[in-house]
Amino acid sequence: MSAMLAMLLAPLLGGGVLALVRDTRLAARINVVTGIATFAGSLWLALLVLRRAHDLTVLGIWFHLDAYNAFLIVLTAFVGMTTAIFSGPYMLNEHAHGRVGDGRMRLYHAMFQLFLFGMLLGFTSNNVGVLWVSLELSTLATVMLVSLYRTPASIAAAWKYFILCGMGIALALFGTVLLFFASSSVLGHGNEALSWTLLRAHAAALDPTVMTIAFCFLMVGYGTKVGLAPMHAWLPDAHGEGPTPVSAVLSGLLLNLALYALVRMKMLVDGATGGNMAGELMMGFGMLSLFVAALSLHKQQDIKRMFSFSSIEHMGLMTFAFGIGSHLASVAAMLHMTVHSLVKSGIFFTVGHAAQAMGTQKMSKIRGLIRHHPGIGWGLLIGTMAIAGFPPFGVFTSEFLLFTAALESNPWTTIPLLAGLLIAMAGLLRYVQPMVYGEVAPQAKSVRVNMIPVYIHLGLALLLGIAIPGALAGWYEQAANLLAVGAIR
Amino acid sequence: MTSALIQQLIDGMAALMLLVSFALLAQHRLLSVLHWFATQGVLLAVTAAIVGYGSHNHELYISALLTLLLKGVLLPWLLWRVIKRLHVHREVEPLVNMPITMLIALLVTLFSFHLIQPIERTSVLLTRDSMAIATACVLLGMLMMITRKKAVTQVVGFLAVENSLFFAAIGSTNGMPLVVEIGVAFDVLIAALIFGLFFFQIRETFDSLEVDIMQSHLLKQEDDE
Repeated sequence: MSAMLAMLLAPLLGGGVLALVRDTRLAARINVVTGIATFAGSLWLALLVLRRAHDLTVLGIWFHLDAYNAFLIVLTAFVGMTTAIFSGPYMLNEHAHGRVGDGRMRLYHAMFQLFLFGMLLGFTSNNVGVLWVSLELSTLATVMLVSLYRTPASIAAAWKYFILCGMGIALALFGTVLLFFASSSVLGHGNEALSWTLLRAHAAALDPTVMTIAFCFLMVGYGTKVGLAPMHAWLPDAHGEGPTPVSAVLSGLLLNLALYALVRMKMLVDGATGGNMAGELMMGFGMLSLFVAALSLHKQQDIKRMFSFSSIEHMGLMTFAFGIGSHLASVAAMLHMTVHSLVKSGIFFTVGHAAQAMGTQKMSKIRGLIRHHPGIGWGLLIGTMAIAGFPPFGVFTSEFLLFTAALESNPWTTIPLLAGLLIAMAGLLRYVQPMVYGEVAPQAKSVRVNMIPVYIHLGLALLLGIAIPGALAGWYEQAANLLAVGAIR
Repeated sequence: MTSALIQQLIDGMAALMLLVSFALLAQHRLLSVLHWFATQGVLLAVTAAIVGYGSHNHELYISALLTLLLKGVLLPWLLWRVIKRLHVHREVEPLVNMPITMLIALLVTLFSFHLIQPIERTSVLLTRDSMAIATACVLLGMLMMITRKKAVTQVVGFLAVENSLFFAAIGSTNGMPLVVEIGVAFDVLIAALIFGLFFFQIRETFDSLEVDIMQSHLLKQEDDE
């Protein structure tokens, strides 16, 4: 319990302190220290879960830890920490170029930590109502971050993000109300009726009709936040216009929380209806997102927008895999979640440096990165290879597992899946190749670069592609067992 | 009061909610939109208090008080100040004309009754009849968001949806647990503050509060590239 409090309080306190610190350099340092403290707390917590080897319910019915959220908590805290390390020099650069003033640097640091707090609260909470509240909290924090530069485009993007996600999340709240409506007749009128563990235990007693309608609302609501097509319109704008560290955590973390929430809901609905309606819905949305994103990739001109479409593509894949719901598919989805977060945030770090070095986000003007700065160039190239699914990186492993699972349950889906992946890969390589090779663009300038977070992320993705550590594999197994119980095969 | 009377009162409140949702859609002036929005907030608070009395659920009195302060007074007042400061108290400009909007609204209401019918039968609560109306109000709020050009009216639509969700929660379940209720209220408050900040920023950068103009900046940027 103390581990958990430490982990949750670190970003909250850190955020509070950062809201007051005026010195920008000091704030960047505090940001990193808070990130490290949070990560340490999450590791401690994960060790506790690992040692007990069973689920942990803390503080009565309020918090719940099992194999499914433990690895996501560590992942979130880790990416949060490395992003803080990356954001230090990056934001100081932006500050030095006058894109962000003193007051807004304070806002940035405070909101960044508040966002992390919302994320961790969402993952640890056992109450589906609180889960909704914390997801909304993270959304609001990131809205402030997306509009940080105060350019017309960034304000328009933040507004679009705010309205669309506000709408989506309102639908999810309606779904939660319906869920409470179904459960309050079984578990009584209190906090118990929103506790996921109790709901899970009594899932069979919940009214199937109400749960079906509730899931439709939850699917569209949380699906908007996952970035599933056709509700994805906010995502490229928010990623393209916000500061790069924000794009990294949006892609690497926030989308995960929304998908996590959706999957938790699916487990309840599966238990109530005894069918796989929820899974089929998720498979449909996932497949559609894969295609929309893969095709949209080809039309992009902005480098951050292009990679945000790649995020939609991968979220679609994960949603599809969770939709299949078999043991293997769930393992694939969770592995994919992990490696996608690592690789995609690594790519965004690199892209941030590249955009600073070239002074633009337009892909047609970014040229010759390898000659200009080998670290950035190779980082971008290798990151792209990793995210496109080349072996030996982890993305290849998880996609391979996903294909095997799809072949077992719905063989015909492998053909469109493969086609979607190939189209997306072609799109990525088509744009990245001219950016990294060739002559250096004339406007290029040298910038302070910190590539260590990128190397760590890519190194971990490589490690996961070659050999998954025993503890992590054990967690995936346990979590997949948990997920597979409800699904009828 | 007998439970039959309370039942009738709640049904009456539900009918009023629906009426207000339609009224919100039908307004031509921004200021009257705000009036109806405040009315909706007060109605909501009264409903919460009645349901709390009828179901002996005293947590609901706290919710009722919170609602009255936040949605009946504070938010309409904040929006009113924004309108005054930015001098936008002109006409509401709909994308679709009023008669057609009203027709769509009717269809949406019918659809919600159709959707909720199977659910209502499963409930034993006093308030089960209000579920369909709450759903209709949610959808009407969304309709308002998509058929209006101005950022302010979009926000009122968003908040009306939030109101209807609260109504759905009281109507279908006698209210969510207090922790969740307070969490949601807190989020709505922050959202409203951010909205307020945005109005000024939008006005400063675009010299207008129309959403079309904003979105055209995003599109233009894409074309430039």
